Amino acid sequence: MLSPQTPETKPVKLSVRNMDFRYGEKKVLDGLSLDIHAERVTAIIGPSGCGKSTFLKCFNRIHEVSSAVKVSGDMQIDGVDIYRGGIDEVDLRRRVGMVFQKPNPFPKSIYENVAFGPRLFGMKDKATLDGIVEDALRKSALWDEVKDRLKESATGMSGGQQQRLCIARALAVNPEVLLMDEPCSALDPIATAKIEELIVELKENLTIVIVTHNMQQAARVSDYTAFFWLGKLIEMDLTERIFTTPRERMTEDYLTGRFG
Amino acid sequence: MRLFDTELKNLRDGIMAMAGLAEEMIELTIQALAERSSAKADRVNELDRQLDEWELKLDQLCVDLLALHSPAATDLRLIASSLKIIPELERIGDHCCNIARRAPIVHPPILPEGRLDRLGQETRSMVRRAVDAFVGRDAALARAVIQSDDAVDELYGQLYRELLRIMLADPLCIERASHLILVIKNWERIADQATNIAEEVLYILEGRSAKHPYLRGSAVE
Repeated sequence: MLSPQTPETKPVKLSVRNMDFRYGEKKVLDGLSLDIHAERVTAIIGPSGCGKSTFLKCFNRIHEVSSAVKVSGDMQIDGVDIYRGGIDEVDLRRRVGMVFQKPNPFPKSIYENVAFGPRLFGMKDKATLDGIVEDALRKSALWDEVKDRLKESATGMSGGQQQRLCIARALAVNPEVLLMDEPCSALDPIATAKIEELIVELKENLTIVIVTHNMQQAARVSDYTAFFWLGKLIEMDLTERIFTTPRERMTEDYLTGRFG
Repeated sequence: MRLFDTELKNLRDGIMAMAGLAEEMIELTIQALAERSSAKADRVNELDRQLDEWELKLDQLCVDLLALHSPAATDLRLIASSLKIIPELERIGDHCCNIARRAPIVHPPILPEGRLDRLGQETRSMVRRAVDAFVGRDAALARAVIQSDDAVDELYGQLYRELLRIMLADPLCIERASHLILVIKNWERIADQATNIAEEVLYILEGRSAKHPYLRGSAVE
């Protein structure tokens, strides 16, 4: 974990400036500005409805399926604007993967779930695909559990395994950023611990942004924590600082359960 | 009031109770020394048992609060610092016992009148103000306590040198003077404990360690 004694050495991967998100008339996110560093885990915490998940979805434009949405301000990945920088949205979603609250494997075999993304991007060579699938399953700490039953349906796996399969599926297209929207909320403590260990391992090569309602999870896995309230960023700092000495009274009240 | 807030209040109240006992022991110790009173020394020992009981109880409360409530921010700082303040108060009790049990054997006096008493009074004042800073969440008072420690150290140094002179001048005083050296050392340690408590109060209030100011700005700070 990063501490106040160690200066940040990683570059900014995702940069957000004066960002607003409107859904019809409603302003869901209001004037957000923050930086997310490469190869770090950034946790977003805040009460329900504060815009955490919405914020996450903006990074890979997955909300664009709805025409009522309007995003303004700047959001950049590696210095290139996500909305106006001419980035192809399919390519963006390859670079910025996402894992959701509930495991959502395709009703296909374990192998096909992981091979799905690479196939979509045109990979046909069987041997290469086998390699990609094995690699992704190893990175998601699932290989040893499933290597003998890759042809079996993914829906027969436990919830924790399914969630790790979803992580493997996201990893198979070699993303740079992984967005995780409450990835452990449907899992038991043992499966949760496995995912948390995985998060810490994956940040070696990935930028991870995780939304969580579990404050202790944010404390355990993240380097930075951002506290959102009613669509605004109240405070963002090193996780260690947020959990021991937050600067803002609102953050303090939220963390100590004296909110509202 | 939430259960957690009730438990936090129990913790604060418990620390105040310990502090009250420690102050009472200090007062009795000063009197025991001045009056050569073994009865008061015995009373100090009795109170020490209560202090020890509180220590066990509050240690457990802190661990329970950490385990069951996952505290953060000010709550976390209060509990973490309590885990350090509690043994400081308990040690103050032990030092009082060490001093008080010597009360009957350091007479007749070999130090000029009032010298030993002054060290006790200065130390008592530091403990009282450290506790007041904790109770009143008073950072300025905590800082003042930390600064007072130098004066007690100075007083201790003067008495120590004086006792050495007395021992050199009159070998018949060596036994009493050796006991007195232990007495003043114990007072000086109590003042250190008051300083440590004041440092914890600053951590609770400001979230930044006040210990070892010479390391400020270095890699570990």
